[in-house]
Amino acid sequence: MLQRPFQAPGVFAAVGLPPVVWLFALFLAPLAVIWTYSFGENRTLVDIAITGSWGNYARALKPLYLAILLKSMGFAALTTLLCFILGLPVALAITFARPRAKLLLLVAIMLPFWTNLLIRTYALMAILRTEGLINAGLGALWGLVPGLPPFEPLPLINNNFAVVVGLVYVHLPFMVLPLYAALDRLDRSLIEASLDLGAGHLATLWRVVVPLALPGIVSGIIITFIPALGAYLTPDLLGGTNSQMIANVIERQFRSANDWPFGAALSFLLMYLTFAALMVKAIISRREAAR
Amino acid sequence: MTGPLDYLARWPLRLWLAMVGAFLYLPLLALVVFSFNDSKRITVWRGFSLRWYAELFDDGELVAAFGNSLVIAAASTIISLILGTAAALLLWRFRFAGKAALEALLGLPIVVPEICLGVAFLVFFTAILPWPTELPWPANLGAIIIAHATFSFSFVALVVRARLASFDGALAEAARDLGAGEWLIFRDIMVPHMVPGLVAGALLAFTLSLDDFVITFFTSGPDTITFPIKVYSMVRFSVTPAVNAASTLLILLTAGLTALALWLQGADIAKQAA
Amino acid sequence: MTKGLPIIRFEGVTKCYGKVVAVDDVNLEVREGEFFALLGPSGCGKTTLLRMLAGFEVPSEGRILIDGEDVTNVPPNKRPVNMVFQNYAVFPHMSVADNVGYGLKVDGMAGAERARRVEEALALVKLDGLGSRRPDQLSGGQRQRVALARALVKRPRVLLLDEPLSALDAKLREAMRTELCQLQAQVGITFVMVTHDQDEALALADRCAVMNRGLLQQVASPSDLYEFPASRFVADFIGSVNMLEGRLVVDEPASAEVAVAGIDQPLFLDHGVTGAAGTTLWLALRPEKIELHKWAEAPPALGDAPAGRNAVAGTITHVAYLGSESLYEVTLPDGQKLKALRSNLTRWDQEDFALGEQVWLAWHACSPAVLLS
Repeated sequence: MLQRPFQAPGVFAAVGLPPVVWLFALFLAPLAVIWTYSFGENRTLVDIAITGSWGNYARALKPLYLAILLKSMGFAALTTLLCFILGLPVALAITFARPRAKLLLLVAIMLPFWTNLLIRTYALMAILRTEGLINAGLGALWGLVPGLPPFEPLPLINNNFAVVVGLVYVHLPFMVLPLYAALDRLDRSLIEASLDLGAGHLATLWRVVVPLALPGIVSGIIITFIPALGAYLTPDLLGGTNSQMIANVIERQFRSANDWPFGAALSFLLMYLTFAALMVKAIISRREAAR
Repeated sequence: MTGPLDYLARWPLRLWLAMVGAFLYLPLLALVVFSFNDSKRITVWRGFSLRWYAELFDDGELVAAFGNSLVIAAASTIISLILGTAAALLLWRFRFAGKAALEALLGLPIVVPEICLGVAFLVFFTAILPWPTELPWPANLGAIIIAHATFSFSFVALVVRARLASFDGALAEAARDLGAGEWLIFRDIMVPHMVPGLVAGALLAFTLSLDDFVITFFTSGPDTITFPIKVYSMVRFSVTPAVNAASTLLILLTAGLTALALWLQGADIAKQAA
Repeated sequence: MTKGLPIIRFEGVTKCYGKVVAVDDVNLEVREGEFFALLGPSGCGKTTLLRMLAGFEVPSEGRILIDGEDVTNVPPNKRPVNMVFQNYAVFPHMSVADNVGYGLKVDGMAGAERARRVEEALALVKLDGLGSRRPDQLSGGQRQRVALARALVKRPRVLLLDEPLSALDAKLREAMRTELCQLQAQVGITFVMVTHDQDEALALADRCAVMNRGLLQQVASPSDLYEFPASRFVADFIGSVNMLEGRLVVDEPASAEVAVAGIDQPLFLDHGVTGAAGTTLWLALRPEKIELHKWAEAPPALGDAPAGRNAVAGTITHVAYLGSESLYEVTLPDGQKLKALRSNLTRWDQEDFALGEQVWLAWHACSPAVLLS
């Protein structure tokens, strides 16, 4: 039975005050400050006047920045789709594996997840670079065939391709784990019933497994989409000048362009997009719970 | 011999798993292998060498950055463990006005994009609470420690609260019936039950701190370089096997911590079974 | 309907999971049009056998034939059998009609024809008009009917039922038994049912296979299983039994005598037993086949038999009044206990015998089943 605060006021204060004070003073306050900045204007380099204008938001929705915003969403969506395609068979394999193999596969999926993001991105750079392993390998193969023109390394880095590959590389576990959790909850006899009634494995997947695992699939999609949308390091290290995402633009406003109010507005737009994605997830899971 | 649901026994799926596995592990494997390469190039194997590791340890800046990272991780782990446990206990034990709002607020640091939190801390520690940079080490790392504790204590609260859900309230009642007060109940009954959650939470907080690049990027100054920041500048500057060597060390450290976590939880499971 | 041509054949079927042998060298035939039950305690391998028939498990050894065709390695979706699952496995995201039509849809049947067949199947299981319901709006009994219709609509050669009545409450189970029987007669399809409930198997099946620890114990009609069990396991598993261990002392072509420790005269049988004198054997005596007689100096005589044959004296040490009958536990002088069941044919019969009363127990020479294993 849950207690009311007055039943143990000392305990309530002791466990309640530290986290609440910390959250307000050191989490909400910083966010509130840049939120107010997003309605401000730069007077001088360091002096920012809070004018209450929507100018920064209006500027953020101009074609130049809107294009970057849309491009970020496109990258995130493509990443999510690729993660789903790559991850669904993996999640299926984990779900129906015997206990030992299941544990092994889960650890194998989790392990890169625990490895530093920067290092994983760097590892990918070393593979994709113009003088990286893939091009070196292809070049060696090319050289085996006599009479060909000199090998032209494939442009695998500093472009959109590299950013999407990097995002998929980093976010695959985000997709596989919720998918696995959803599939694992599925009643196995429903799959057997479908096979028994004459459906093949693909028909069963499409007509029975996917509809029933839909809440888990939606949650996997959103859990993958959110961090992919806000990715900074991947486009920074793997992307070219044309493949920068919203997070890179925000960083530039704060560290080189020194337009804090505009950066603040962009950062809140990103946050609102995140919240919208979370809302979709909440609505779907609530609808599922009501059924 | 295999039934229709033994998907793992089917070759297309095995091929798929092998491909995904290669995609996930080959880059990391190449990174580790070429950290031992006796050449400045990271694509051509010239023989085994530890020279890049030797170079790392001669790089005073890198060693200092690594020290900074460990101190920040340790300090932010302690803070987030205290705050996270308190928050978990609060939500587990009490019913009060605004509880749902507080729960949502507590979940926020987990979902807010890192870049947004990073710039918020940048502004906060510049305009509102300028952190004195001339403080003696390690007090000059305070801003980074605060930032790290802020995003990791929500994770700790999540883990500890999940553990508390399995606590049998009758145990606390029995202790009270036998004459124990709040503090004794906490120390003798609650803490022992929470230990697996505390260990898992602490390891999570430590890894998150050690891993973090984006938020640190916005809160660190020229004198407060962490290991990922240093590696980042090395990567930006040039791709050399020294970066591979530094990465390999960090991979080993995280793998070691993960193994430790699994081992501790394994010991915990064994204890429960006995 | 010709019951008799074999439709299913198990040939030396064995299934191992690691070192555990779940099904051990089973040879079995199921005949066209019959209602066949696989009966046994949990873990005896009956469900594994059924799942191998459906194609969800593949035998480690042996072959399975349906209509003379080897289906051992045929996947479940290509077999002419359909299954009613224990938990019904009704697809929760489809309406009743979509559930029933699913198997036809994946076979590529056109919409109009499919709708007609679905209607027909729903009528068959008395769910007319409920086609648009969602499964979560149905009762457990209705869900089972959906599962039945969904399987029958495909007109399988064999319908498999995995513990079909176990999830229903007692009253509904009774009603469903009758209905399953009628349904089977109506559609004329071979039914193979798995159950751990002997009453269910006896009431429904034309023939039963009793299994224990992966081994087939006996295949027979329900009455043969009860009256002529082949082993102590079957006698004990089906119904209630008094098991007397004895030695063969006299063996004539048309009679035999068995000495049982604690009973001072040999027990008489009205048929010969194949076995040398001194062979250990068991007499399985059903409680309802033991008569209770009021105490008298002279032992009772049953029919033409001489007085005292197959009669033993004892004391009633427990009475369980069961309504339609009463079960008496009678303790013999050496301490062994026999159960006797007596029907309460009038409203005062249960008062005839009381706890602590000394009585005679007697049975006909044809009543005990003689078991050699």
